[in-house]
Amino acid sequence: MDTVIQLSGVVAVLGQFPALAGVNLEVQRGEIVLLQGPNGAGKTSLLRVCAGLMPIERGTGHVLGIDLATNREAIRSRVGLLGHTNGLYLDLTVMQNMQFWASTVGATDSEIETAMATMHIEGRLADVKASQLSAGQRRRCALASLIVRRAEIWLLDEPHAGLDAAGRDELDALLRSAVTSGATVVLASHERDRALGLATRTVTIDGGGAS
Amino acid sequence: MSNAASKRRVAIAVARKDLTIEWNSRILVNQVAPFAAIVMVLFAFALDNEGILQRVAPGLVWLATLFSMLVVIQRSFTVESADGALDALRVAGIDMGAIFVGKALALMVQLFVLELLLVATAVVLYGVNMTLAGFCEAIVTLVVATVGLGSVGTLYGGLAAGARGRETLLPLLLLPVVAPVLIGATRATEAAFGSGGTTVSEGWPWIGLLLVFAVLFCAVGTVAFGPLVDE
Repeated sequence: MDTVIQLSGVVAVLGQFPALAGVNLEVQRGEIVLLQGPNGAGKTSLLRVCAGLMPIERGTGHVLGIDLATNREAIRSRVGLLGHTNGLYLDLTVMQNMQFWASTVGATDSEIETAMATMHIEGRLADVKASQLSAGQRRRCALASLIVRRAEIWLLDEPHAGLDAAGRDELDALLRSAVTSGATVVLASHERDRALGLATRTVTIDGGGAS
Repeated sequence: MSNAASKRRVAIAVARKDLTIEWNSRILVNQVAPFAAIVMVLFAFALDNEGILQRVAPGLVWLATLFSMLVVIQRSFTVESADGALDALRVAGIDMGAIFVGKALALMVQLFVLELLLVATAVVLYGVNMTLAGFCEAIVTLVVATVGLGSVGTLYGGLAAGARGRETLLPLLLLPVVAPVLIGATRATEAAFGSGGTTVSEGWPWIGLLLVFAVLFCAVGTVAFGPLVDE
């Protein structure tokens, strides 16, 4: 196994407040790591740091061997972050959203079809505007766009939110399948029982630190 | 695929996406264009003198363009932030310079359509007459001014997108910066329309100024858009 995320004493600030206060974290390829902690503990900030979206103030960090302090932009094309929002264009149809995301990475039509079939958003739903989808359907669409983008590390913030029971089961199966294909998953979820059943390891975040 | 080809592919994808959003939502056709036309009609009511209207028609066309442009830019970045798409673009590692070019291209297409409508409105409503040479100069002015406005509009739209109170911040930031375009485009259009006895040849130096502005902000926008949006 090789280390895909390595953080040592990482401090990150959000505005004027420390969002992460000296986080140490190591994640190996193929793991499904569950981040636990109360609201405001720093789970979302940790995911954003790992995605290269949030700069680190102190400490050292490497994601996929790339230095977070000096080259975080290079990390972004190799990870996929699904946050509280879905990253969809609400005035585009599901198919138009998928085609856009696919065109940014040069994915083929068959990759789009596979991703849409995996998340059950093909057929009639493909021509529906994203603004007319239910919360769960939007989540499925966002997950399908992550599949198309071929992320090596999936960083998921409350991925089960908005999904029905069947959708949650499908998401869990999708994540296990992604890991089997060589991806790594780090997720934050308040659905403790479900996430514990999925995760290979749990990390607790509290007060901006990880243990 | 080479880096340049990849950037070109992303820029085209972003431009096509923004234009598809406009096609699906019809905001430009149903809201912005009527707004621009109403502004032109209100100018006519306010001035209420054909001689004065013909004299100031170029300035009114470009003022209406600037006001309408603010709405189009706000819209262009609202669709990015409504469901966190801009964040998703950033985290996908997509080249921000290419995103800038794509969004600017889509904005330019929309502005150009709007400007054609406004010039046509000025011709019909204010009784503006143009020679063939004036018409050609007007088209060149529209194209060059649109490139400048599209570039600077996208740059400042991206800057304001993440800020609190962006709806009011954007006009405050943008309008002073586009003053040279307003001046240059108005003078060039005056020459094209022959307003106040000006000749077509008097417009070309102003088009030169517009060209410098367009090149400058295309270059600055491509480089600065990413860091500004990141902040």
